[in-house]
Amino acid sequence: MKILKVLPALALITAIGFTSCKPKDADIKASIEKSLKEDPSTANVLVMVNEGVATLSGEVSDDATKTASTTKAKAVKGVKDVVNNETLPAPVVAPAPVVVSADDALTTSVKDATKDFPTVTAAIADGVVTLTGTIAKASLPKLMMALNSLHPKKIENKLTVK
Amino acid sequence: MALQDKYKPLTDAATAAGITDLAVREQDGVLYIDGTAATGAVKDELWAKYGEIDPNFTGGDLILNVNVAMDAAVTKVKVVTESSNLNIRKGPGTDQPIVGKAAHGETITLVNKSNDQWWLVRTDDGEEGYAYAQYLQAAE
Repeated sequence: MKILKVLPALALITAIGFTSCKPKDADIKASIEKSLKEDPSTANVLVMVNEGVATLSGEVSDDATKTASTTKAKAVKGVKDVVNNETLPAPVVAPAPVVVSADDALTTSVKDATKDFPTVTAAIADGVVTLTGTIAKASLPKLMMALNSLHPKKIENKLTVK
Repeated sequence: MALQDKYKPLTDAATAAGITDLAVREQDGVLYIDGTAATGAVKDELWAKYGEIDPNFTGGDLILNVNVAMDAAVTKVKVVTESSNLNIRKGPGTDQPIVGKAAHGETITLVNKSNDQWWLVRTDDGEEGYAYAQYLQAAE
């Protein structure tokens, strides 16, 4: 009968004994953090550990850094698994190139825009509008506003402003 | 970057004015500023800034393409020529025959603006055709 009373206590002691052999989550977390802080590229990674499973989060510069931090975390004693939730910076979207009107279309639209300015002559070559002639100062912005909206590559204004 | 510095007052003003779809791009020595202004006054303000930097627009290093937004609900436009009548043409282009005229200051019906430069309009007399968009603005 006595042995029956001792058994649960023995089991408990054994259980505690096994558990204490494994590093605690907090210790694992500290070890991973220490390892990651050695490299500035992973120094800002956030670490969480739950029952030996480490979760990494935060932003890293690239995929290689992300992989490296997983490897480092796995190397820490007591880590069963690593969930890597690190994010990469949003890709910088290169602006779309400027669209320049084809000369044919530009010639037509420039002709329309300059129609009411008989003293102005416009020549179009490779998207560049070259203006020659004369114009009244007051009319210049109106003409330029119209021409700027026609998607030219460039406007060479050689007008004599009166 | 030098161009962006040169026209910084202009791009700053464009940002401050809340220009939508604002794009500032530098390509082959020309700075391209594109966007849509809420009102004609905002567009004029930007052009005034441009005029402060380059009074006669002779630099050849900027394309300022800011157009005035127009509510899709707008169906009435006013003729804003300097003083003359506005030609209404059969098709979009000054090479097209004139099918009618709208008086300076007259309010006419906007049918569609599928072409940026030439808007399809109809006068109260029932004349329908294309008019140069620069001479039209939303009626109050």
